[in-house]
Amino acid sequence: MTRSSHARILAALLIAAVVPTAARGQDTTFVRGITLVGNYDPLRDKVGIVVLPVAGAFGDSVRTIIQRDFDFSDRFAVIAIDSADPSALRGQGGAGSGVNYPLFTRLAASAVVQITPVGNGLHVALHDVARARVVNVGDFALPGTGLSRDWRLAVHRTSDEIERWVTGQRGIAATRVAYMRGQSIRVIDSDGADEVTVPTEENGGSPAWNPSGTMLAYTTYGVSTSNVGSHVVLIDLSTARSRTLVPPGRNTLYLTPIFSPDGNSVIYSREGENGSDLFSVGVSGGEPPHQLTAGRGTVNTNPTMSPDGRRIAFVSGRLGRPELYIMDADGTDLNVLTDYDFSEKNYRSDPDWSPDGRLVAYQERINDRFQIRTIPVKGGTPKQLTDLGQNEQPSWAPDGRHLVLTSTRSGARQLWVLDTESSRFRQLTTSAGSRLSSWSPRLAQP
Amino acid sequence: MTRTRRIAGLTMAVLSVVAADACHKAAPAPAPVPVQTSAPAPNADSIRRAQEEAARRAAEEAARRRAADSAAAAARNAAAAGTVRATLTAAVHFDYDQSELRPDDRAILDAKIPILQANPSVRIRVAGHTDERGSDEYNLALGQRRAATVKRYLIDHGIADARIETISYGEERPVAQGSDESAYAQNRRAEFEITAGGQTLKAP
Repeated sequence: MTRSSHARILAALLIAAVVPTAARGQDTTFVRGITLVGNYDPLRDKVGIVVLPVAGAFGDSVRTIIQRDFDFSDRFAVIAIDSADPSALRGQGGAGSGVNYPLFTRLAASAVVQITPVGNGLHVALHDVARARVVNVGDFALPGTGLSRDWRLAVHRTSDEIERWVTGQRGIAATRVAYMRGQSIRVIDSDGADEVTVPTEENGGSPAWNPSGTMLAYTTYGVSTSNVGSHVVLIDLSTARSRTLVPPGRNTLYLTPIFSPDGNSVIYSREGENGSDLFSVGVSGGEPPHQLTAGRGTVNTNPTMSPDGRRIAFVSGRLGRPELYIMDADGTDLNVLTDYDFSEKNYRSDPDWSPDGRLVAYQERINDRFQIRTIPVKGGTPKQLTDLGQNEQPSWAPDGRHLVLTSTRSGARQLWVLDTESSRFRQLTTSAGSRLSSWSPRLAQP
Repeated sequence: MTRTRRIAGLTMAVLSVVAADACHKAAPAPAPVPVQTSAPAPNADSIRRAQEEAARRAAEEAARRRAADSAAAAARNAAAAGTVRATLTAAVHFDYDQSELRPDDRAILDAKIPILQANPSVRIRVAGHTDERGSDEYNLALGQRRAATVKRYLIDHGIADARIETISYGEERPVAQGSDESAYAQNRRAEFEITAGGQTLKAP
């Protein structure tokens, strides 16, 4: 699809979105045979969208998953309808006349998604209600058995592509979140489904994705029952095969590995007897790790890299308290990033650089609890995003808009997804003690 | 039964036998009095039996005493070794977000030094821990710093580097549950594990 056609559709959708309608309320029947389900507000910066009922064995599941993906994207107002009379949704001009555009205009829908099962996949047509015609079509293969993990990922990819058709930006439904619960690393789908346990070594922690979403890096801490000390591990998620990237060293703790954006190196923290420093090592091996910081006996940990791979933000205790610093990828040009309100009581840590490169999200102790803040990398005032419970360990979604974080807002530590634009929270995990999450990149079909 | 009570009981038995004998001798000449049938007259056999019994009990008592003495000695030795072990593995504690040693930490570490010197085959592992506040990952680093500080102190006091290993568990293994200052204070610690040479600990 060309950019100009995008612009035209967007313009048409925007016009449609400001058409005032009476389409608010709950369970209101306003056309015979059509019932509105739930509350929605079509005028709040969101595109009103209808997903028509989907035929076929897993049609209801496809529709439910896609509607939920649209809702979780925070870019759509999903207008959920139940139809006792499917003919009411069809075009009223006979065969080939599309969908019932006057009806959807009344419902304040700007877009209508029509999905038809074909062979081993889905055929999708996107209707622009204002222009009363189909503006995009596509075919999406669904691998594996219905409702399997791969099948669900393919449905999420369909949602993300439809979102790109409508808004110009691909969605983030086809992503996963890696995190810790208890002493194991787990991976959960972006919509909270299909949690799996990753077969990791004892005392594994701090999982981080590679840029293609096929591998995790993690470190082990303490000493295992077979007397093996801390080391850096890479695990291939499709084969579950692990390899040691940095072997154990005497009296050495490895922490907080991340991949560089090109996927070629891993940057991690190495805690030795004389302090801790950041190191970088090639993923393919061959060259020894090289040191990036000169920590002078203090803690230097938790690196996060700018999307262009040129800068690193990290935590250092060099001034006595954990504070965020920023430097070039080779360790030069070091500055304090969080250079506001210096105080003995500061505690700022767990930085994560946004995918658009503009912000670093981090946690800061405020009134004895951690809260999430973002700070513009090029200078500016930090913005506080949370205030209920304790909120920690932010990790950006690939859309640079959503964050996954650890929060006690409902009691026990759980993972929550925060839309940084609307401040909407949704709970991602339902098992207490979930933490240290890392949001994957957009995932390709395996 | 205690030893004192057992001896007192034995003495009473002997005395009562003697008293009964004296009474018998002091009895008047035969008189037309009703024959006593209820108390049998003591004779030489019963006296001998009592003496033998007393001797046997005394021998048993002596044996018991010897056994008790050696058990006490063993217990004393074990207690001494246990004290050595307890001193060697006594934890040290830290202030919030700090890895510097407090004065009471130094005293605890000072007590370990002569034990490590008297037992040159002993090796130890120092594990640093933190309370639950703070960043999970920064706490792992802080735990490692605490273990390293402890190790540095012991090395500075003449213990060989090769004998001390350091690891960190951060906030992952609290010793006290709860989210109050008392639990936090107990959890901010370095623990000591004897990894070699701990079977025969000598007191310094």
